[in-house]
Amino acid sequence: MIEFRQVTKRYDSDHTALAQVNFLIHRGEMVFLTGHSGAGKSTLLKLIMVMERPTAGEVIVGGQRLNQLPRRQIPYLRRHIGVVFQNHQLLFDRTVFDNVAMPLEVMGVPHRDIGRRVRAALDKVGLLRKEKMNPMQLSGGEQQRVGIARAVVNKPPVLLADEPTGNLDPELSADIMNLFARFSQVGVTVLIASHDIALVKAMDRRVLTLDHGRLVTSAPVSSGASHGR
Amino acid sequence: MGADNRRRAESPRGAGRQVMPWREQVRSYLQHHRKVATDSARRLWRAPVSALMTWTVMGVALALPVALLLLLLSLQGVSSGWESSARITAYLALETSESAARELVAELRADSRVAEVDLIDRDQALAEFRASSGLTDALDFLDENPLPHTLLITPEERSRSAAGVQTLVTYVEGLPGVERVQVDLGWLQRLNAITELLTRATWALAVLLGAAVVLVIGNTVRLAIENRRDEIVVAKLVGGTDAFVRRPFLYTGAWYGLGGGLVAWVLLQVSLWWLGGPVERLAGLYQSRFTLAGLGIDGGLALIIMAMVLGWLGAWVAVKRHLDDIEPGDTAGG
Repeated sequence: MIEFRQVTKRYDSDHTALAQVNFLIHRGEMVFLTGHSGAGKSTLLKLIMVMERPTAGEVIVGGQRLNQLPRRQIPYLRRHIGVVFQNHQLLFDRTVFDNVAMPLEVMGVPHRDIGRRVRAALDKVGLLRKEKMNPMQLSGGEQQRVGIARAVVNKPPVLLADEPTGNLDPELSADIMNLFARFSQVGVTVLIASHDIALVKAMDRRVLTLDHGRLVTSAPVSSGASHGR
Repeated sequence: MGADNRRRAESPRGAGRQVMPWREQVRSYLQHHRKVATDSARRLWRAPVSALMTWTVMGVALALPVALLLLLLSLQGVSSGWESSARITAYLALETSESAARELVAELRADSRVAEVDLIDRDQALAEFRASSGLTDALDFLDENPLPHTLLITPEERSRSAAGVQTLVTYVEGLPGVERVQVDLGWLQRLNAITELLTRATWALAVLLGAAVVLVIGNTVRLAIENRRDEIVVAKLVGGTDAFVRRPFLYTGAWYGLGGGLVAWVLLQVSLWWLGGPVERLAGLYQSRFTLAGLGIDGGLALIIMAMVLGWLGAWVAVKRHLDDIEPGDTAGG
């Protein structure tokens, strides 16, 4: 589903963010991406989103080579990738409902379907009763869940998360991770960047570890067959 | 759901297209336009003072050239009115007999460029002169009538232009027995020249002020873009096309245009009402039919549509320059 072939990304002339990265993530797989701060985790995610283009090598998502993707096709690719950010990227000038509805509006989903699908997504993250609130009124964990609802509302086949538990306490973090595990169970390919080693180990999934832009491990920590707890 | 995902994953371009019939899509597209249009209007409404200020700036900038154009149109009405009454006066030589004069009249009447010819014979001219000049006593001292036969020639409609009248004058001057031809077109030509000059100046002014309007709107929309930067980033992240992201700002520009056009129209109507009385009195003093032409409903609509187009254009300039720069590149952090 997501494949990197000899991918190198260089900023300016001297700073190499990623060097000859190779990996393949299958459909429905849930994979963690770890490494020290500045190891290239965000760069890797940006390449999948085509927020950046690789200096060399090939990125393939859903069978499509992103190198040749013309600029005006980028939005259509992004509609198939849900993204969750550490800082949520929620808009505080509108309700929870309107935040989650954004990907559907962008796609031109008919009005009457939007309500149904937004509520389904909010239900999945357990925030159905807070749809009319402003995200500002919610706690950090709830805001993160709104971000997840927005990422999955149009049922994308790929879900990316950049430090989704960065500001949360361990219990909430585990909740969020289990939520991601449930999405992977229904066939969504999930890639989560995190430096929370303990949490990653507890989830018992394949881990990609980056060190100064190089991929050092790409093997499952243990067997990838068991799905969470 | 797994199968659905697989199908969509293999052709990510399709997005909603394959799922939705075209009729649904058109309806949802129109629905979206309506939503964006009302939403941008509501945003303006929420900051009424700044919106009103922008409208006023635009209104003044638009009203000025339109007012000048209306004035020029009115002036052209005056000159065309005079052109139609342009008459050529031909004074015959004193020794020309009345029968020769009548022959000339017949000849001129046969000419296709001439609509009408009146002959004022010498005696009649003297009588009129005596009546109007008050020089009765002085005229009595004269032995002989000093006035010649006079022909009043009205040109045919299509010969009433300055050039047409000029050729006719040359022709009449060449006729036997005609001593002097007079036509008072000088001031008319001068007025025409001035009107033409003013028209050009007004158009230049209109272009400059139109550009100013575009820039004002562009700058206003640039601020709006800055204010909604987060929203733009999120929209681009979740797959909003450039057109989707631009749309609210283009509508904002058009709404600014609508407001500006309305202000301009109100300004024009008020000025017309304010000037109407004095202009009528002045025209009355000159015995002219001159009136200030109003804009009318068509003109008002055209003005407002024009203003909306300018607003939209200004927004387009801002959007082109600033929106493409906002990319969700720096959001994901280290």
